[in-house]
Amino acid sequence: MRLAFSLLGIVVATLLTVAMLFTPGWVRPPIISTQTGYRGTGQEQLISAQNKRILEAANALPAPIDKASPSGERATSAYKNVKVLTDLSTDEFNRLMVAITQWVSPDQGCGYCHTDDLADDGVYTKIVSRRMIAMTRDINKEWTSHVGDVGVTCYTCHRGQPVPKNVWYENPGARHAGGMAAHNYGFGHPSTSNGTTALPVDPFTPHLLGDDNIRVVGKTALPTTRGASIQQTEQSYALMMHMSQALGVNCTFCHNSRAFLDWSQSAPQRTAAWNGLQMMRELNAVYLETLKPLYPANRLGPLGDSPKANCGTCHQGVSKPLYGQSMLQDFPELGGKAAP
Amino acid sequence: MAYYQNIFTQVQVRADAPHPGVPVPGMKRTSWATFSHLLGRIGNAQIGPIYLGYLGTLSLVFGFIAFEIIGLNMWASVNWDPVQFVRQLPWLALEPPKPQYGIKIFPPLSEGGWWLFAGFFLTSSVLLWWWRMYRRARALGLGTHTAWAFLSAIWLYLVLGFIRPLLMGSWSEAVPFGIFPHLDWTAAFSIRYGNLFYNPFHMLSIAFLYGSALLFAMHGATILAVGRFGGEREIEQIIDRGTASERAALFWRWTMGFNATMESIHRWAWWFAVLCPLSGGIGILLTGTVVDNWYLWGVLHGIAPEYPHVFAPVVDPALTTGGAP
Repeated sequence: MRLAFSLLGIVVATLLTVAMLFTPGWVRPPIISTQTGYRGTGQEQLISAQNKRILEAANALPAPIDKASPSGERATSAYKNVKVLTDLSTDEFNRLMVAITQWVSPDQGCGYCHTDDLADDGVYTKIVSRRMIAMTRDINKEWTSHVGDVGVTCYTCHRGQPVPKNVWYENPGARHAGGMAAHNYGFGHPSTSNGTTALPVDPFTPHLLGDDNIRVVGKTALPTTRGASIQQTEQSYALMMHMSQALGVNCTFCHNSRAFLDWSQSAPQRTAAWNGLQMMRELNAVYLETLKPLYPANRLGPLGDSPKANCGTCHQGVSKPLYGQSMLQDFPELGGKAAP
Repeated sequence: MAYYQNIFTQVQVRADAPHPGVPVPGMKRTSWATFSHLLGRIGNAQIGPIYLGYLGTLSLVFGFIAFEIIGLNMWASVNWDPVQFVRQLPWLALEPPKPQYGIKIFPPLSEGGWWLFAGFFLTSSVLLWWWRMYRRARALGLGTHTAWAFLSAIWLYLVLGFIRPLLMGSWSEAVPFGIFPHLDWTAAFSIRYGNLFYNPFHMLSIAFLYGSALLFAMHGATILAVGRFGGEREIEQIIDRGTASERAALFWRWTMGFNATMESIHRWAWWFAVLCPLSGGIGILLTGTVVDNWYLWGVLHGIAPEYPHVFAPVVDPALTTGGAP
């Protein structure tokens, strides 16, 4: 009997160990810890050496392309129907087209957007590209509060794919029994958008398309007016989980977690993040959501909305996209003037 | 002599037939009872007699109804998919009504109505179980310490799910049902109200929680350690010299100069355990009702130290640039 118990114990322990080993979410040591704030405040960033290697490889820059002279024949005289890149020379224009093909549609080539008549606007991807180029130039000119002089290029998001890996759609939640069954307002389902928590699955529609208040913490020691509800708090919480996952950082990258609200104890990154949120709201509303009528059905979300951007679209797991390597410096064609 | 150093009960003392217990006047009890060797390894080998009574039966029925309401709504939330139900079970939720329903008693079933029903049945079940516990203790001529300790836990449960939401005027303030959902709620609750760590009653509750674990470890270790002298017969040895009881007492006086008695250690344990949810419940009750941000409250009362600033000064950009926060 005693032997049977011992054997049973060994079998159970072995099974539990095996189950644990195959549980997702394990991170292989060593873990690299970097202190960023004052000691004792827990303001430190963690990354495993393995993840660091993977991310560094994924964020290597694409092959460079020889620079083009900004002087000489103008693109507008060489080509018809140039609407956004009106300030470029033909050489610059051609170089940018080559780069875009390399960055966005390396497998599909020029034909992804163009027909034999290069001026033809018949392919929807061309109209989308034109809008994206205008957006990129707008970001680089108007949103330096977020992108600094590092700037963005098509590659920041696309990374060799026609549709960036991280886009979002309005998410009505998992398919749900109807009728009088509780619908829980999108709570209670793990998803990449809420950091695999039970928080709401779509923090983007209210916060990155709409401008719902993100600040939910009580502003005074004692109650004055009715503040944010717990559900609103969880909505903000889900957005913060997304930001954390998208940037590969902890809460303490920006916040002193003892007082999330307090700016004076926050890291300067919080200002950049705040500007990033403002930027996302504008880009989604002005450039991305308005493309909806152009897209074929297979590009639209479950509620028929167009693909939109969030922090993960550019950041892709690191706090500075492409580890802060500036491709814009090599592509002045994408900076400079904002779109007309 | 490793006889006393064991994980399981080595010697199972049992009668020839299950003992029905001392006679209690004016009460019929079930006669069903049996022995289990396996359970005898971790406890008493005699199983039963169980007294369910109408309070126990009703409590189980109400508890089952609550369990079904919660479980079926969770299953509905994955469109009755059995695989997804199992996969997502730790995340699945039954959420309270949204803020706009306030403390309306009958919001739509799909928008919190089921949560209220589940809460009603679960609360009824728990209270019936409490009453049964009280009555069983009384029937045996015991004190009612167990019932009052249980009531302390019920107090915290009622504050979280009923009393505080009533004071706040909104069911939406209450805890959802669900494994991760109620944990996410806890984190969100602390963030919303400016960090519960600065709530003095939360501090007390934690002190009693950790204190309970420490006392339990000390007491359990002491009794096991004097097992070789029959230390499990705590009270009957208390007046004799050289017994397990005296050795245990001397051990603690040698170690820290003071010892609880074989009786008072249980008072220590009872009060620590009872005060943990009692003080915690007070802390929750004050949150949002009279304090909106515990960190700022802590600053006002000098319990939040100021750390040196290591970052360049950061100012809320919404104050300078406009834009929605």
